Amino acid sequence: MKLKTFPGGLHPPDNKEWSANKAIETCPLPGELVIPLAQHIGAPAELCVAKGDHVKKGQVIGTAKGFVSVPVHSSTSGEVTAIEPRPHASGRNLPAVVIRPDGEDTWVEGISGADPETLSPDAIRECIRAAGIVGMGGATFPAHVKLTPPENKPIHTLVINGVECEPYLTADHRLMLEETDRVLDGIVILKRVLGVARAQVGIEANKPDAIEVMTKACAGKGIEVVPLAVKYPQGAEKQLILALTGREVPSGGLPMDVGVVVQNVGTAAAVSDAVRRGLPLIERIATVTGPGVTTPKNLRVRVGTPLTHLVEFCGGLKGDPAKIIMGGPMMGATQLSLDVPATRGTSGVLLFREGEIPLRPEGPCIRCGRCVQVCPAHIMPTTIAAYARLDLIAEAEEFGAMDCIECGCCTYTCPATLPLVQAIRYGKGAILAKRRKV
Amino acid sequence: MLAAILSLGGIGLAAAVALGFAAKKFAVEVDPRELAVAEVLSGANCGACGYPGCAAYAKAVATGEAAPNLCTPGGASTVDKIAHIMGVAAVTASPQIAVVLCQGDNPKAKAKYRYLGVADCNAAQKIADGPKECPGGCLGLGTCARVCPFGAIEITPEGLAVISREKCTGCKKCVPACPRSVIRMAPLDATVHVLCNSRDKGAVVRKYCQVGCIACHICAKTVPEAYVVEENLARVVYEHYDQAAPAVAKCPTKCIRDFVEGYPEGSTFAPPVVPVKAEAAA
Repeated sequence: MKLKTFPGGLHPPDNKEWSANKAIETCPLPGELVIPLAQHIGAPAELCVAKGDHVKKGQVIGTAKGFVSVPVHSSTSGEVTAIEPRPHASGRNLPAVVIRPDGEDTWVEGISGADPETLSPDAIRECIRAAGIVGMGGATFPAHVKLTPPENKPIHTLVINGVECEPYLTADHRLMLEETDRVLDGIVILKRVLGVARAQVGIEANKPDAIEVMTKACAGKGIEVVPLAVKYPQGAEKQLILALTGREVPSGGLPMDVGVVVQNVGTAAAVSDAVRRGLPLIERIATVTGPGVTTPKNLRVRVGTPLTHLVEFCGGLKGDPAKIIMGGPMMGATQLSLDVPATRGTSGVLLFREGEIPLRPEGPCIRCGRCVQVCPAHIMPTTIAAYARLDLIAEAEEFGAMDCIECGCCTYTCPATLPLVQAIRYGKGAILAKRRKV
Repeated sequence: MLAAILSLGGIGLAAAVALGFAAKKFAVEVDPRELAVAEVLSGANCGACGYPGCAAYAKAVATGEAAPNLCTPGGASTVDKIAHIMGVAAVTASPQIAVVLCQGDNPKAKAKYRYLGVADCNAAQKIADGPKECPGGCLGLGTCARVCPFGAIEITPEGLAVISREKCTGCKKCVPACPRSVIRMAPLDATVHVLCNSRDKGAVVRKYCQVGCIACHICAKTVPEAYVVEENLARVVYEHYDQAAPAVAKCPTKCIRDFVEGYPEGSTFAPPVVPVKAEAAA
């Protein structure tokens, strides 16, 4: 049978065998947790503790500032030793709360869950917001915002993203295998919040065990598990919707424009914890892998754990790292050091040594058209990148620069190693700056 | 044959008369001063005056909307001519040039990471605030050089922007082009500048740059009139630029430079000929 998918895209060597069969291990507490106040897209949380305070596990240390914002919680109990700018995944030093764990790991009082059946959709939304749940696929968009569609955009389908198309990453795969119940419960709650009858779980066909387990668990619950072709970026929101429902999200539009809401499997599991047990989002599952680490592992990681600690728990570094990537190799962000802490959006940490990362000088475009062939957004990366580099912003916009999902397929496939996605991203920034000015 | 000549000629004649009449009838009156001003402007269309091109500026001057001294490439002589045409007193703005306040090229300033992307400072700045440890240093990817209409900026092989004192007209186009605000305007006559843009503390600067200002105050102690130190960064007080020279030799990190002695290393610009000031010569 031909598997469902979208046009375009490519399949880079997925290297998932490094960690796909490793059961999730719990990473021990580090000597110091660094919890950044900016862990989501939108306004950073506002600090509400002071240096010297004793905080408990699950206590709010930053309150949400605005609608597109969520609170930040302490991931263990201990003393706040500093509140200062620390290295952040974005490459800048951003405000963070530094906590020295007391080893007790005592929960803050008043943590209690409820049976989702007894709660109204609005009460569940509030639970989700208060727990600080963000898109766990890596985009970290506050989940409650996506779950509050405007009235004129009726939602008929909930799509659950279990694709994990990024090479190397296996966190979602292990989560679906080992914690199926949590994921399933989360899906049921999300269905209830949105009031939809239909839910689909998309899983790439390279995880047959996860498909089997999930299909068995979802049987008879109005949740359909759909195996999808193994292709990157199958897990991108718009591509996933196209593959599953056949609907194309219009240019400049959102999934809600075609009546769909997409949530990651990790988000679903976090929603279950938040509603049923009242737990805030203070830990997640992340894959630490790559040729630069001794033993690749899937870890349950507390938010704020420095990457050094994760790597140590995985047997340490194998040689000097030449490149550290947080997230997947295609869309993840390169890190300047291992001092950066893991956040709610950290789906993985990849380590590469010198010689394992291709470094070729940029050549001239040979007009081969490969970037156009693989582009899942049906735009012409080479043309837009050329315009962006010449600062011809209006032309770049006209050719659909804003439709670029920054998946990096064009850059990956380019035989001339042109930095296409970077140039387009630069162009998108200039277009947005121009729109703000006008 | 004759019919063809006559008919075509006739049409031509009729059209000529009609066009000639229309030209007179619908002629737009142009202020003769506007034409005269346009004549004396440099014609560079650089936009330094704030108007889209020399013609627009000429019109603005003629209508009294713009001051006569906004044409930086034209310099003092153009201001005099415009003032003469407009019949107003010439207020010469002191000529200015742009200066890159950095000497930290690749061997001298530490890199934060290896940058392999689009050769553009704005694109590089978007990735973790640029590939240099120094938050204010020149990235050397040439965005300023590309916007300069006069070819006055070159990037040295070691990755530092250098501005020619001869070619720079002070049009200011490079100033907003730089994402790190390394380029500042200074009086043309001033040759001594503090070439550093880092506001970090001295100990931090020492770690990433061999030629950064460490805010040691030696310059300000040597010539208190000519230097101030603010936010861990020394700068020349340009009202007293003529007294700034003695501190050059005293600066421990050599971040104060007198351009009379030439451009930073690696520049192909010929050592500048700096006009000797009248008082100094006398």
